[in-house]
Amino acid sequence: MTTVDMDRQRYIVAAARRSEREQRLVKLLSRVALYGLLIAVSLWYMAPLFWMFMSSFMPLEQVGIFPPEWIPRRWQFHNYTDALDFWDFGNSLKNTLFITILSLIGDIASSTIVAYGFARFRFPFRDALFLILLATLMLPFAVRLIPVYIAYNEIGWVNTFWPLIAPNYFGSAFYIFICRQFFLGIPQDLLDAAKIDGASEFRIFMQVIAPLAKPAIVVIAILSFQNSWNDFLGPLIYLQDAKLHTLAIGLYKFQSLPGQGGQYHLQMAASVMMVLPVLIVFFMFQKQFIQGANLSGMKG
Amino acid sequence: MATAFGSQLRALRGTRRERWRDLSPMRKREARFGLLFITPWIIGVLLFNLFPFVASFALSFTRYNVVEAPIWVGLRNYNNILTDDPLFWKSLGNTSVYVFGSVAIRIILGFALALLLNARVRLLGLWRTLFYVPSVVPIVALSIVWLYVLNARAGLLNWFLTLFGLPRVRWFADPDYAMLAFLIMSTTWVGVTMVIFLAGLQGIPEEYYDAAKIDGAGWGQRLRRVTIPLMTPTIYLNVLINIIAAFQVFTQIFIMTGGGPRDATRTYVLHLFDHAFQFLPPEMGYSSALAWILFMIIFAFTAVIVATSRRWVFYQGQE
Repeated sequence: MTTVDMDRQRYIVAAARRSEREQRLVKLLSRVALYGLLIAVSLWYMAPLFWMFMSSFMPLEQVGIFPPEWIPRRWQFHNYTDALDFWDFGNSLKNTLFITILSLIGDIASSTIVAYGFARFRFPFRDALFLILLATLMLPFAVRLIPVYIAYNEIGWVNTFWPLIAPNYFGSAFYIFICRQFFLGIPQDLLDAAKIDGASEFRIFMQVIAPLAKPAIVVIAILSFQNSWNDFLGPLIYLQDAKLHTLAIGLYKFQSLPGQGGQYHLQMAASVMMVLPVLIVFFMFQKQFIQGANLSGMKG
Repeated sequence: MATAFGSQLRALRGTRRERWRDLSPMRKREARFGLLFITPWIIGVLLFNLFPFVASFALSFTRYNVVEAPIWVGLRNYNNILTDDPLFWKSLGNTSVYVFGSVAIRIILGFALALLLNARVRLLGLWRTLFYVPSVVPIVALSIVWLYVLNARAGLLNWFLTLFGLPRVRWFADPDYAMLAFLIMSTTWVGVTMVIFLAGLQGIPEEYYDAAKIDGAGWGQRLRRVTIPLMTPTIYLNVLINIIAAFQVFTQIFIMTGGGPRDATRTYVLHLFDHAFQFLPPEMGYSSALAWILFMIIFAFTAVIVATSRRWVFYQGQE
């Protein structure tokens, strides 16, 4: 081998090593960039919530300063009791729980029953009816708002909780859809076995189907809870009497109360009180929340 | 859902129409039980969908203040809306800005974040939770917090801008920036879209990428030729859902600005709500006409998207 060849070979090996090192560097840098980006996005999402929590303990004069401060100079736990002086939280909570629980029972009962009908029986026009069910999901609420309000007004249900509860006893299209998908996955043999044992359709539903449908029911329960707890427009229209206010309306009134305009620290304390139960439920059932979101995005 | 809708349509075409009298006694019994089980929904769809749908159409040709009987006015409501209601056009314009802006934000950012999380990151569950949590916060509480974030004097967003040497913005005090402020706030719900896209991305078989790599496709090409085509059904559905929802944006705007400053954030449903529930006497007929115009606009958008979907939505297992 000539010296020229040896030099060439050494050069190639060195170049290869260098490119390998470069590649590793690029890979490292892209990982750093990736995690940097993830942290930046997390900060964007967490900053408002973190600030809400921290400022709910701050003295008022600290809330409005610029640049913002993140840690309370004095931890004013009495912000929460002060907020309660302006806002009958206990009563709002009671009203919200009443609506939420009754709606939840209705949603679960009616949606599973209807979904079972669609999933397990053959009858004329079944597929056409299910198509209508899917179509109602796309009907804008704005079109339904006014006649429904007028009808409730006619029967004297304005200023009662019933307009917010009753509709949930007739099966919600989306929950029916979730449940039907689930029921279609239950093996037919199981039902046939029950039938041979002489069980009636209703006993099969209550004793075989309902227990098996638990995962779907949990998803529906969570979506229904979230819906009632967070609902704003419904209570805004139907519950004018202050005694009937829900948490959402109570918090809104508290925020827009004349003379309350500047009380940011108390507003934040009140907001935390409304948000906390939702966050607790979220962290308890995180998997089902994510499942619920997925189902709403990929129905079918 | 749109895909479910499509497969439902196809199933419908495939089935032979069954007539009640042709059914055997056993099939009749089965059909009776089926109908019995779905009865609650049938009543519900008549009471809460069909009745209001028809009734609001009828009301849109009347003047109605709830107290007195409705008076037939023909097309006058529609005529007034189109020729004599500057706030109708203003609110439609604002709503369009919100629809295009917020849907673009949700789809593009949602997809980008899902891609990030799909890049074999550590602590996937943690990141997903952090991005998702704000979207479960009740909207009233979120609005109160964002009123502070967007505060002109001491808000967090202005502080953030000054960190980069940018000038402060007056957000809700400035008609030119108020709608933009709501678009920035709408990033809150990107987490929902991200979760949906992420589940879709995780469902793409690894072999497709391996095959593309062997063919020498780089990252960009794999994204363009494998990932995006396989994700089009999910993208399609999310565009549809989000457009319908965005056209009806209401709560945060009602709470945070009430439509101001100078009607810069007055959106369509806010306008409709004012006529029905804020004005005295209430104008239920006028408001119903507004609702029907909105319905027709949303329907037209949906129809165009559904009609063009055949060209860009790719279903696996079909030619």
